[in-house]
This record gives sequence, structure tokens and C-alpha cells, in this order.
Amino acid sequence: MGQTLYEKVFNRHVLREVAPGQFQLLIGLHLLNEVSSPQAFEELRERGLRVRHPALTFGSSDHSISTSGRTDDFADPMAAAQVAAMGRNMGEFGLNYFDPAKGEHGIIHVVAPERGLTQPGMVIACGDSHTSTHGAFGAIAFGIGTSQVRDVLASQTLLMEKLKVRRVEVTGQLSPGVYAKDVALYVIHVLGAKGGVGFAYEFGGAVVDGFSMEQRMTLCNLAIEAGARCGYVNPDQTTYAYLGGRDHAPRGVAWDRAVAAWDAVRSDPDAAYDDVVVLRGEDIAPMVTWGTSPDQSVPVGDAIPALAALPEAERAATGEVLNFMGMQAGMPVQGTRIDVAFLGSCTNGRVSDFEAVAEQLRGRGLRVAPHVRALAVPGSRRVREALIEKGIDQVLIEAGFEFRDAGCSLCCGMNADSLRGQQTCASSSNRNFRGRQGSPTGRTILMSPVMVAAAAIAGEVTDARQFFSTTEPQGATA
Amino acid sequence: MSGRANDTRIVRVTGRGITIHGDDIDTDQILPARYLKAITFRGMEAHVFADARTAAKAQGQPHPLDQQRFSGGELLFVNRNFGCGSSREHAPQGLRRFGIKAVIGESFGEIFAGNCVAVGMPCVVASAETMAALQRLNETDPQTRFTLDLAALTMTAGDQVFPVTLAEGRRRQFTEGSWDPTSVLLAAGPAIEEKLAALPYIAR
Repeated sequence: MGQTLYEKVFNRHVLREVAPGQFQLLIGLHLLNEVSSPQAFEELRERGLRVRHPALTFGSSDHSISTSGRTDDFADPMAAAQVAAMGRNMGEFGLNYFDPAKGEHGIIHVVAPERGLTQPGMVIACGDSHTSTHGAFGAIAFGIGTSQVRDVLASQTLLMEKLKVRRVEVTGQLSPGVYAKDVALYVIHVLGAKGGVGFAYEFGGAVVDGFSMEQRMTLCNLAIEAGARCGYVNPDQTTYAYLGGRDHAPRGVAWDRAVAAWDAVRSDPDAAYDDVVVLRGEDIAPMVTWGTSPDQSVPVGDAIPALAALPEAERAATGEVLNFMGMQAGMPVQGTRIDVAFLGSCTNGRVSDFEAVAEQLRGRGLRVAPHVRALAVPGSRRVREALIEKGIDQVLIEAGFEFRDAGCSLCCGMNADSLRGQQTCASSSNRNFRGRQGSPTGRTILMSPVMVAAAAIAGEVTDARQFFSTTEPQGATA
Repeated sequence: MSGRANDTRIVRVTGRGITIHGDDIDTDQILPARYLKAITFRGMEAHVFADARTAAKAQGQPHPLDQQRFSGGELLFVNRNFGCGSSREHAPQGLRRFGIKAVIGESFGEIFAGNCVAVGMPCVVASAETMAALQRLNETDPQTRFTLDLAALTMTAGDQVFPVTLAEGRRRQFTEGSWDPTSVLLAAGPAIEEKLAALPYIAR
């Protein structure tokens, strides 16, 4: 019987079994951010410990950094203190820092892949749950807590239990106007936001095989929202083509050796899975959420379930959620007025996400609705520069989007880009939890970037497929 | 916790006591939420029971943590369901940094008790009668010295001995010094580098 990629990679990184089922696992790449690392560094200092492998440790300030264009422009002194501490810690311990002062910053889950740091067969840890993103390359990548950040800094290892593996296959092909984000939201809808607890998700099938690396990152990014600690895609020619030539990718003879190792890490054809789920690409439509958990979603054309259709035990809680969201059971999400539109995040803040939007906007004279604030926030400085080079910044600006500097921004509401009061946000981000976008009463509707753009222009949630094909050009072209 | 030696074993804790009466004292009371945004646990001791202490002072009856007679106490005597509520690591961090080395009570919030293990501060359970006796001894004569013995699972004050309980796994984590995950991991020593060097992407 063959092995899955998860088993191969996990086993290769096990140092010892400390207690039954508790493994000391080597971490090949440790990524840091300014929110979950400062207490860990403080404890190292108090114990007189050093960072054991600085060369394997990379950090970025992403959660609380300003996207106003001035990275030292902080509204909150706590945010300023976090970013300042990050710079000091990275310097004091001699770690690799994507320094905002040098314009190298961005969301760590965007920066590490684009620099070629993320590679197949690695075990990657970071004090952020969306570390699952890196699984797109065939790595085992997962989020950890602050005390584990300290442990990895000190020992380059942590204590970990072995997960089960569920293969999630998406067969056939996607309809036009359906994106990786929709596939992810559909998987979460079908399997549940807690359905993946205890599992690693292996994504495969014709749809995933045909995905670009950026689409695979969107999918794996949301594995954690399906409850899976990590998600991954087996590495293939798409992976290698993306990696070739990047800053930290191997070169020459080392490249050939690396490709051989990467090929060997793929799940065997006869691998045994703990579970297999097969979904049809043709069944997936653009998805929108209506609640405060990412599995509370419907295809954009469908109605929110009627309360009577739900199990009795769920009715009261669901009614309360709908009340919070200002939505009604049995009614469609389509037509919900929005106040804010957000393009960005580690889920959908890469070049192809903005390209897909620009394709719909370019040359059509479409404008963001007057009552909507629309933010376009590149996932990294490099993404930002690429968008400028392609003229996509101008397309967005002419449509009425604010084209901002790189960071997590309105995904987590830890900088000045926050919702106010009960504002409703059409968002390309990853979590619709209460308070997530910075206002305790703010409302988040998750969707793909193209759906966000359609909502921004229509001023309400709309089916982007019809909206962009039927909306007449309005004069001036970009 | 500075200057911790390599020996992390915790078998006996001896010191004077501090009594805080009351059931269901949650972690929000132990460490109010507004102190969670700090970038360090250092100084967290100043915020332990911040709101309760301010309120007590305003009423002219200082909180036990502010009472001169309990100053320097290292064993905390509490009642039922102490540390229930949110999972914040800040609550045990604050208590430990305040100088508390062990908490003895009728029962504890489960996550809190687990977080206390990771800072090397055992939470041991005693009967309601034992707690009443310990709190009475402590309040009658605050100079009384107590010894928590994790090998014998007893609390001793003078010639009085009281039984206490602690889950066996946790008890061994303290007595064998394996409560601290960092120390357990570092114990692997140079094997870490040997194994790292064998990884294809490190060896390359």
C-alpha cells in the first residue's frame, strides 16, 4: 500500500515520539509576523535562549501595518509598537526580515511563495492559521500559537500529533465566472466549517490539476476554514514552472536534484486515505456567505435556507445570526446593499486576482457606486509593483477603487482599514466572523474578487456573470 | 521566571499563602481583556485582578493581593471553578509573574489549569473542608508556612497534613520537569541538527 504526501513528509520530519501519539517534528521553514511573535521573543530573552536556526526563519509585518502608502503611519499605538518590536527582534536575533522600511513587506503567505521560499516536501509553521496556504506547493504547512512560536524559534521543532488525510477531489471543469474561491467556499459548504477537524485535506481532481499556483493557494488558504489544520496539492509541472528562477529556488544541478525529490514526495497512486470526497466542478456556482461562519453560504442565485428547513436545534442560533447580518431566511443574498468592497488578503490578494477583476472592468467605464468605499489592497509590495507595471492600478483607480499599499488590511481589521458600525462589506477575504473586519457589529459577505468588483459597482450583491455580460459600456475607456 | 536553571523539576512548593474567597472567578476577572494587546507578558503581574482590586480599594477594603498581611505569599488558596472562561494565556502568566507558585482550590477551569502547567504553576485540587481549613489557617495567621508536596500529594502546615489531588500525567510533568515544552524539545540536543541536515531541501 502506498503513502500519501502527508505521511511521507510528516514521517521524514519526525525526530522522535515524545509521548504516545505526540511527535517532535522538525520545522523546515518558520515564518513570523508581528502579532504572534513578540511574546515568543520576550520569553527567549528571559530564558537566555537564542534562535536555533536563523537561516530557516523569515518574517514580515503584515497584520497591523498601514496601507496608506506610509508604512509608519499608525492610527493605533499598539500597532506601532508591534511593528517596531518586529523590526527590533528580527535585527537582534539576526533573522531574515522583509523590512517595510525597504519596501519589501507584504502578507507573509504572499511573500514567501513569491520569493520561492515555499517548496514541495517542506514542513512550514507560522503563528497564523492561514499558513495552510503554502500547502499549494505540496508542503505540510500549518498555523501555531505563540508558545509554539517560541518553541520553534528555540528548537526548530514542535510537538505535533499526526493528522488523518481526506482526499477532496474536484472533477470535470468549472463554468465560466467560477473561481478557486468559489470552489473553496463550496467545499466548506458541503463538508462544514468543522468537517476537517483532525484532517489534512489533499486537494486533487481535474479542476485542481488545472489550477494555477495562485488558484491553488486560494484553495489551500481556506482549508483551515474547513476545519483542516492544513491542506495541500501534490506538486507537478505547474508547481515547478512557478518556482523556477525565484529568489530562493534552487538552481542548476541543485534544481534537477530538487525536482527529483519533489516528484518522489507526491502521494502514491495506491495511497490509502482515511476518507475520499468527490465533488463535481460543474455543480459549483459563484458562492456568497450569509452568516458568520464560512460554511453559511449559498450559490449567488439561491435563497438563504428557510428556518423551517433547518434542524430544530439550529433554528434559534441561525435566526440570531441572520438578525446580526441584517438578512432574512428564505430570501436571496443577491440584492443586499453593501457599504464597503474589499479586494485583497492572503486568500485573494495576488496578481491574478486583480487581473481577473481588471479583465471585467477594462475599457467599460464602469464606476464604483457612490455610496460604496472600495479598497484594492495588494498582498505584497511585489504584487503592487506588478499591478502597476501591467496598468491594472489605473484600471482600478479609474473605476473608483482606492489602490493601497500591501498588508492584511480589511481582512482582519487590525490597522486603520476597518468597518464602522453595522457596515456591510463584500469581501474577497477568508473569515466572516463577528468583529473580524474591525467593527463588533460589522457584516462580512465572502465571495470571489470578481464578485466583489461587481458588488462594488452595483452597490449591492449581484451575480457577476450576468452583471458584467449585460451591463452596457458607459463611454470613456481605460 | 528569569534565570531558570536547567533543572525544571517541581516537587515541593513551600511558602506563605494568599486567600481569595469565591466560586467561578473567571479569567476575565483574573486578567481583564484590555491588557491582551500588549506585545509582552512582562509586567502582566501589574494587571492581575486589576478591576477587582480597584473596586475593593474604592470600598476601603483592599483586595487580598493588596493586603499587607498576605504580601509575598506564594500559594494561592481559592474555591470552586477558579479560572473558568476564556483561554487567555495571560491569566496564568500574570499570576505566576505576581509571584504565585501554586494554586490550591476545590476545582479549576480546564483550559486555565492546562495553561498553568505550561508556566510551571501547579493547580491542585482539595476538598471543600480542606480548603476551608487552609483558608482559615492562612487568614488567622498569615505568617503560617505551607508546603505543597507533589510526590506525596499533600499540603502540610505545621503538624497538620491535608490530602490533595492532581491528574497523574500532570503530576509527573511537574515532578519529572517535563511541564515545559521548550525544555522537552531542547532535550533532543544535536539530534535536531543531524536530522535537519538529512532533509533534502536543507542538504541541497
